[in-house]
Amino acid sequence: MRSVLRVSPLPLATLVVLLLGVSLPFVSSGYVLGLLTVAFYTAVFAMSWDLLFGFAGEVNFGPTFLIGLGAYTAGILDARLAPHVAIWVCVLAGAVMAVVGGVLLALPALRVRGPYFGLVTLVAVLILQNVVVVFASLTGGEIGLSVPDVMSISASTNYWIAFGFMVVSGAVLFGLSRSPIGLVLEASGQDAVQAGALGFNVAKHKLFAFIVSAFFSGLAGALMVFYMGTASVSTFIDISVGVQIIIAAVLGGRRTVIGAAIGAVFLIGMGELLRPLGELATLLVSVMALFVVLFFPDGFLGMLQGRSRGG
Amino acid sequence: MLEVRGLTKRFGGLVAVKDLSFSIRGGEILGLIGPNGSGKSTAMRTVMGVERPTAGSILLEGHEIGGLPSHQVARRGVGLVFQHSRPLNRQTVLENIKVALLPDRLTMIFASAEVDAQARAIAERVGLGAVLQRKPPTLPFADLRRLELAKAIARHPKLVLVDEPFAGLTASEVAAFSELIAGFRAEGRAVLLVDHNVKGVSALVDRVVAMYLGEWIAEGSAADVMRDETVRRVYLGGALTRVARGSLDTSGRTPALQVDDVEVRYGKALAVQGVSLHVHEGEFVSLVGLNGAGKTTLFNAISGLVPHNGSVRWAGADLAGATPAAIARGGIVQCPETRELFGDMTVRENLELGGHGLDDAERAQRLEWLYDLFAILRDRERQIARTLSGGEQQMLAIARALMMKPKLLILDEPTLGLAPVILETLSKALDRLRSTTRLTVLLGEQNVTFALPHADRLYVMDHGKIVWEGLPERFEAEVADNYL
Repeated sequence: MRSVLRVSPLPLATLVVLLLGVSLPFVSSGYVLGLLTVAFYTAVFAMSWDLLFGFAGEVNFGPTFLIGLGAYTAGILDARLAPHVAIWVCVLAGAVMAVVGGVLLALPALRVRGPYFGLVTLVAVLILQNVVVVFASLTGGEIGLSVPDVMSISASTNYWIAFGFMVVSGAVLFGLSRSPIGLVLEASGQDAVQAGALGFNVAKHKLFAFIVSAFFSGLAGALMVFYMGTASVSTFIDISVGVQIIIAAVLGGRRTVIGAAIGAVFLIGMGELLRPLGELATLLVSVMALFVVLFFPDGFLGMLQGRSRGG
Repeated sequence: MLEVRGLTKRFGGLVAVKDLSFSIRGGEILGLIGPNGSGKSTAMRTVMGVERPTAGSILLEGHEIGGLPSHQVARRGVGLVFQHSRPLNRQTVLENIKVALLPDRLTMIFASAEVDAQARAIAERVGLGAVLQRKPPTLPFADLRRLELAKAIARHPKLVLVDEPFAGLTASEVAAFSELIAGFRAEGRAVLLVDHNVKGVSALVDRVVAMYLGEWIAEGSAADVMRDETVRRVYLGGALTRVARGSLDTSGRTPALQVDDVEVRYGKALAVQGVSLHVHEGEFVSLVGLNGAGKTTLFNAISGLVPHNGSVRWAGADLAGATPAAIARGGIVQCPETRELFGDMTVRENLELGGHGLDDAERAQRLEWLYDLFAILRDRERQIARTLSGGEQQMLAIARALMMKPKLLILDEPTLGLAPVILETLSKALDRLRSTTRLTVLLGEQNVTFALPHADRLYVMDHGKIVWEGLPERFEAEVADNYL
């Protein structure tokens, strides 16, 4: 039952979260801010992934291929050419490179389906990882690449940049998913033959999804490099990083975009809270993720929606 | 409106459609009919651009559309009503219809109010006006079909293709759909109905084209096509023959298999409705019905593969709650339509797996007996199952089922897609089983010619129900016309 008095909770909740998010640096320690900064970038990774999987129906097991391309392109440019190029040029170049990677990834996606495409994305990550290791003089190899520039040394500023970036990316991706394009994408993901018979160019729409997903992944990867000051395989490319992103998106609730962000913040936060337990922490978080995926396949947001529908 | 000339579609070595020609005028409803595997659906999908034609031309209002991708075919005015579809489950009915109205552009961030009005009008027209705000998972089956219809006509296609328009619908729903489809004709659109038999669409169509094994076999009014010799032969076989054997005296005995009032639902579609049948020990019973009649579903219910209501009793015991494995061990072995061979194993390995429960001596003896029954399998012993021809695969599937020493063998559509010469071999093997063993067989077939000679008794199934039961000799006189 809809009553006149009840205000739709979504805009209200969004406003509260935004206000809390913006004002946090005034009350919180640098440690928490640093943690959340990483969480916010991870949130963008997860949201970009959700656009591809949840809507276009493409199972990308290698989100870090796109992220790594963005991060390393930006990092290498800066390391080689600083101080002759501005940070934002490097970041933009990273995003562009990721888009190129996204288009490359889309080509096999339009030919092979399901598990085979998933395999292609995994191999793409391994190739990128090997390239980074082999061309160590350029990329820093296994030790990592340190960049001369950082965005800011203030934890608060870094936090605000990450938060703002996440909010803007989230708004764009969420808006897109709710727009007619999102509907057509979802229809193409569910039943490509029928979408074609309804007059939609499925290939074009999927390519678009790849480009958007790659753009935001690359942008977030590049920005994160200039927050951390280094780029390494273990933070940007390793398969386990990709798995974390996928778990975050599924935990939060797939096909929701916003859920992916919630999942990412939760996952990073949990990992940190449980850190005193040592190796046990990873295990606990994994078990929790497994539990949610098994019993609430629609994730956190799915649980909420399920309850509101039932009540 | 539509002119198809010399259309051929090949999948690898399989010729699905061979040199097919037909045409439809605006304001005309054409029925394209044929038994399962005749290529009618492939022909329809090729017109829509889902499949690329191998040869031939498809002209829409004089322009070639053959080989164009489906979204371009759609834009030129062709719409397809899918039989199965996956609607957007999290969006409402209204939003689902709106999707079909959206332009194929990436600049469309906001849908216009006009789209909303159009979507409501279409929903009203197909009878979805009352459920606009519901989501597809909560809709009854007929409404899901209406939603498909709504999406297909959203762009005002000049040519509407409808795949099995009445499958799974009740009589009153069929009437409502017929009216909607007749409405397209009244508006001057061309309509192509694809269905299994003439009977289902005869009231609606202006003309019928019949297909068999990818080829055009007859054309004319529904009545003409039903009278056509070739069509009768395809559906009923030439002269309906039967091989009598010493009649099985079953009076007073309890049937080995007793199925009572079984009902199976797939989501919202009622696939099997209140079916009762029985099979006596040693009896060969055929269940005939067209594709989609519910035969396979019924078999799966008996084998415990799908949940069902009603009771299935085997050798006096209720099978409710028994696992498929327990049922198979109990002696009911199903040889499925899809064969389910282990494609990467040899013929012999497939057979040995079938007989893994037997001891070595018995297995060897059984293998020998089967190689005797299907001589070709002995020659193919070391060949990988996947590389066998269709007929050989079918023989292997039957042989593997027989390795399990079934008491009741359920054979589902063994003749599907096989050449006549293979049918003869299978037919002989069945004859031998019938005359030399105590095996009980339940055979599901749409090919009556094949089913009739091997039957002690016959059931006819249609739209999930048993519509006739009797002896084979009465089939032609009593129900053959119903079957066309």
